[in-house]
Amino acid sequence: MRRVVVTGLGTVNALALDVSGTFAAFREGKCGIGQLGFRDADRLAIRIGAAIGDWTPERHLPPADLSLYDRVTQYALVAGQEAMMMAGLSSGLGERGGVIIGTAAGGIGTWEESYRAVFAAGKNRVSPLVVPRLMHNAPASQLSIRYGLQGPVLAVASACASANHAMGLALQQIRMGAADVMLAGGSEAMLCFGGVKAWEGLRVLAPDACRPFSLGRKGMVIGDGAGVLVFEAEDHARARGARILAEVAGFAMTADAGDIVAPDPEGAARAMRAALRDAGLSPHDIGYINAHGTGTLANDRSESAAILAVFGGASPPVSSTKSMHGHAIGATGALEAIACIQALTEDILPPTIGYLAPDPDCAVDVVVQQPRKARVGAVLSNAFAFGGLNAVLAFRRP
Amino acid sequence: MTRAEIEKAVIAILAKQLLLAPGEVSADARVDDLGLDSLGKVEAIFAMEEEFGISVPFNANEPDQPDFDFSSVPSIVLGIERLIVQKPA
Repeated sequence: MRRVVVTGLGTVNALALDVSGTFAAFREGKCGIGQLGFRDADRLAIRIGAAIGDWTPERHLPPADLSLYDRVTQYALVAGQEAMMMAGLSSGLGERGGVIIGTAAGGIGTWEESYRAVFAAGKNRVSPLVVPRLMHNAPASQLSIRYGLQGPVLAVASACASANHAMGLALQQIRMGAADVMLAGGSEAMLCFGGVKAWEGLRVLAPDACRPFSLGRKGMVIGDGAGVLVFEAEDHARARGARILAEVAGFAMTADAGDIVAPDPEGAARAMRAALRDAGLSPHDIGYINAHGTGTLANDRSESAAILAVFGGASPPVSSTKSMHGHAIGATGALEAIACIQALTEDILPPTIGYLAPDPDCAVDVVVQQPRKARVGAVLSNAFAFGGLNAVLAFRRP
Repeated sequence: MTRAEIEKAVIAILAKQLLLAPGEVSADARVDDLGLDSLGKVEAIFAMEEEFGISVPFNANEPDQPDFDFSSVPSIVLGIERLIVQKPA
């Protein structure tokens, strides 16, 4: 079986519009959460989010193409461009290259604008590009078009685990020989009136801050952004002399087959154990876990129980970077994978900011407020979605 | 709206969520004893907001619910009464 490595990273998120800025923000424990300013935000009960402030797509993409791109695609294209550049790749991979991008809400902003036009404004037509803008595979397809990637290209929609599932499937494509290079990750642009309104109804959004694993946490904070990673067969990367950032050591996915929203620690634990097995790692090899850590009562309790079950009561250092970049829903796993790569390449474990006090129900070793210096050999990145879906990735120092 | 009317509507909403007849939800019932799950809770709150034209400050992540006590029929009725009074005319 071919080993798979990471040779490029790209992101836009509330903290920064590139990887170096995001790494700096993780080192500083910077918070990307602020007041929401989009149309009708004043009609929301929850008015905070980790939005990408001052997003000017013309600065990053050809203005002539913008009418074809919802923000979810814009983010993915900008992140993908950075990842391809970092990897030293351009076009020319043909059918040996592919793209798998997760997104939960796809072009929700396009749905919203179009519904406003026909329902609220009483118009009788919408832009002819509505369908190609809003479809969930638009980010993956536009990346494939841009870079001539003609192999496996698809979108994955598994709510908050979309990006982890996308990366897991990309790993499997390369392992089984279907591609040499895969762009993988997630993109999300759910910060619009309808997107936040929908979440509000579930009563799980925090009005103040995202404080994962902390006593006094009040829930999650939605974020926008994209993360794209270049996954590459190790032999392919070595042959072209690429810089190898980390090995994508393993992946596993499980389903709770229980409740549609309430998490089951057993399902999460099974996914972590299976990812370790797939990677040929044992629990004591893991030096850091980038937790799903949404900041809800239910997730953080359940995830803590799962971690303690897998690691025999001795938790490795855990943090949730959602406290900084927000919960970017279908993109969040990709932002968190980038945090994991930073841990492996810079020996820095990113912090959980906004932490007030330990919660006895979350008795894991939380990296709080400040990043922790640590040389780690392997890490896990957890993602657990509504629908009872669990997707865990393992990365290892190359 | 009288307290009795509010209570009747609250019981009807809870009963509907629980697939019970309204007569099976007593006026002093505790929500946890009724077996309402987390989604049932947020659906019931939504129904109450629609019924009474109010906005209920309820966050599923705050176990002690400082802003709205959803623990029993009487506490819900009291909370709704208060929100109706505060409602801008």
